[in-house]
Amino acid sequence: MQTHPVIKLADIHKVYHTGEVDVHAVRGISLEVFPGEFVALMGASGSGKSTLMNMIGALDRPSGGSYLLDGIDVSTLDRDALADVRNEKIGFVFQGFNLLSRTSALENVEMPMQYNRHRIQSHEQRERALAALELVGLGPRADHHPNQLSGGQQQRVAIARALVNRPSLLLADEPTGNLDSQTSIEIMGVFQKLNDQGITIVMVTHELDVARFTKRMVILRDGKIVTDEAVQNRSVAEKELQRLRQEQQAVQLAS
Amino acid sequence: MRIVASLKIAGRALRRNKMRSLLTMLGIIIGVGAVIGSVSLTSGATKQVEDQVSSLGESVITVFSGNFTSGAMRGGWGSAPTLTVADTLAIAGLKNVVAVSPEVRDRAQVLANGLNWNTQVMGESPDYPQIRNWGVASGAMFSDQDVRSIAKTAVIGKTVADQLFPNENPIGQTIRIRNLPFLIVGVLAPKGFNLFGQDQDDTVVVPYSSHMHRITTRTFVNSILVQAANDKVIDSVQNDITDLLRARHRSKEQDFTVRNQLELMQAVTATSRAMSFLLAGVAAVSLVVGGIGIMNIMLVSVTERTREIGIRMAVGARAADILVQFLIEAVTLSAIGGSIGIIGGVSFSEIVAYFKDMPTVTPVLWIAIAFVSSAVIGIISGFYPAWKASKLDPIDALRYE
Repeated sequence: MQTHPVIKLADIHKVYHTGEVDVHAVRGISLEVFPGEFVALMGASGSGKSTLMNMIGALDRPSGGSYLLDGIDVSTLDRDALADVRNEKIGFVFQGFNLLSRTSALENVEMPMQYNRHRIQSHEQRERALAALELVGLGPRADHHPNQLSGGQQQRVAIARALVNRPSLLLADEPTGNLDSQTSIEIMGVFQKLNDQGITIVMVTHELDVARFTKRMVILRDGKIVTDEAVQNRSVAEKELQRLRQEQQAVQLAS
Repeated sequence: MRIVASLKIAGRALRRNKMRSLLTMLGIIIGVGAVIGSVSLTSGATKQVEDQVSSLGESVITVFSGNFTSGAMRGGWGSAPTLTVADTLAIAGLKNVVAVSPEVRDRAQVLANGLNWNTQVMGESPDYPQIRNWGVASGAMFSDQDVRSIAKTAVIGKTVADQLFPNENPIGQTIRIRNLPFLIVGVLAPKGFNLFGQDQDDTVVVPYSSHMHRITTRTFVNSILVQAANDKVIDSVQNDITDLLRARHRSKEQDFTVRNQLELMQAVTATSRAMSFLLAGVAAVSLVVGGIGIMNIMLVSVTERTREIGIRMAVGARAADILVQFLIEAVTLSAIGGSIGIIGGVSFSEIVAYFKDMPTVTPVLWIAIAFVSSAVIGIISGFYPAWKASKLDPIDALRYE
């Protein structure tokens, strides 16, 4: 493991000034994530995990503390610089997929490259987008529009979109929240495959089942880290899928 | 962010709501179309009038003899016996006068080639074609020598030539005016109708001396045509003529009237300028209304697509990228509207011109103005919604339902 962390949070605070009461959402979090890690950020609602996730994703700036993303001090950047960081360093996967409807899967995946500060030729954009779709197993459906794809397929498109700018970090916010259990396992399989290829992934979830597919679990409560440990008995997507199929067969036989 | 990519996004967004886009553009389409259509038609009409005015000649001053009152008998301009050939020669000696022609008019039945025709017979000087800016199509104008010798020579207009000499060359032939044979030495170029609807080609021109001594027996001329050196000196020449004739006539009341071409031209252009201002006003109002429509729809569009804006920002779009995207969308909307309006306006005027037989001028300048101003309207009315979109917070935008 390299000594240079992808994420280095040092005593991060976040205070929201809403109305008369200040909400202290994150109270002094320090965290390091190294390349190749697969981290689950867990916690009940109100634990500050979404706030932390927004800050890690360079969508929001901390009120206090410092945040180095891939060696860049993100906590001092302005809006445009944050946008560039999001474009080059981070790939987002959302719970609700957040694809642009009425544009094909391919165009959705090409979209982040349009905002790349280093101009990418359109044929290269196409090649890279197709390669990313291939990686998530959607190569043949590049021309499909989101409404022609299942939830799992849409999430795969979103993952391809997150990967296309070759980010240092893949950031997933409840990526299986809108999916049934089998599709959830399939998507976690995609993440595991990507992680095996060396991609660093941080995932926010509140489901322990889902978190078991990761390598490291960080649990938050009231804006602080309460647990930070390696995952024991890590689930492997292929085996889980097999088991699920056997269970389904058993149910069918019984009925 | 590339402009081409932005245009593609804009095109897709506009196609998504075809009906809405069309209705939004309608304000611009109607405004631009109405302006281009009416400008085509009015500038066609104006040009026709201007052509007719300039067909009277350039820098031309006309001296009419005054009103005629003798006992109970009264006549209008040109009927009083006050202007003479001597007046004409005196005027010819004035500064900045390049050509003069005393004009004597009469109607007569002319015969030639076994045919007859009632036409206007004019007595003029050889300067007449130059003053009237009227070319001799074939043959030549009669000469000063013809004037001095009271020669029986004539130059005929196109209409007379067509009536009396169908399929024949009239030059060298004889035309009989009041039973006197005149030798045709030239045919004037076709000039068409004048401002008062008279066929200017329906005329026979003879030396004024011949007219006054042979056809009629007159000592006075109806009017005097004077050509000034250029339009700048036309007023001073006009004053000089007035002073000269007052002195020569020694009458208490002015017994003549002096008019120039410029006055007529100014009256015509003043009308068309007033029309242009009116049209520009209508155009401005309709473009503003169209712009408000675009701004309204762009605001709706920004609200509808808050989530899309959030997604784009999350994957790295800068505020400027979002601003440009929505600006381009607004400009595309207004520019397409403007273009449709221009096409509609031009076709409308062409159709009217075709069925009503009116001349049109395709107003290239106005088309350019209309296109540019509809694009500018797009920028102005699109700016606020685009700015609003670019100022969205990505977290809030992503959460927007």
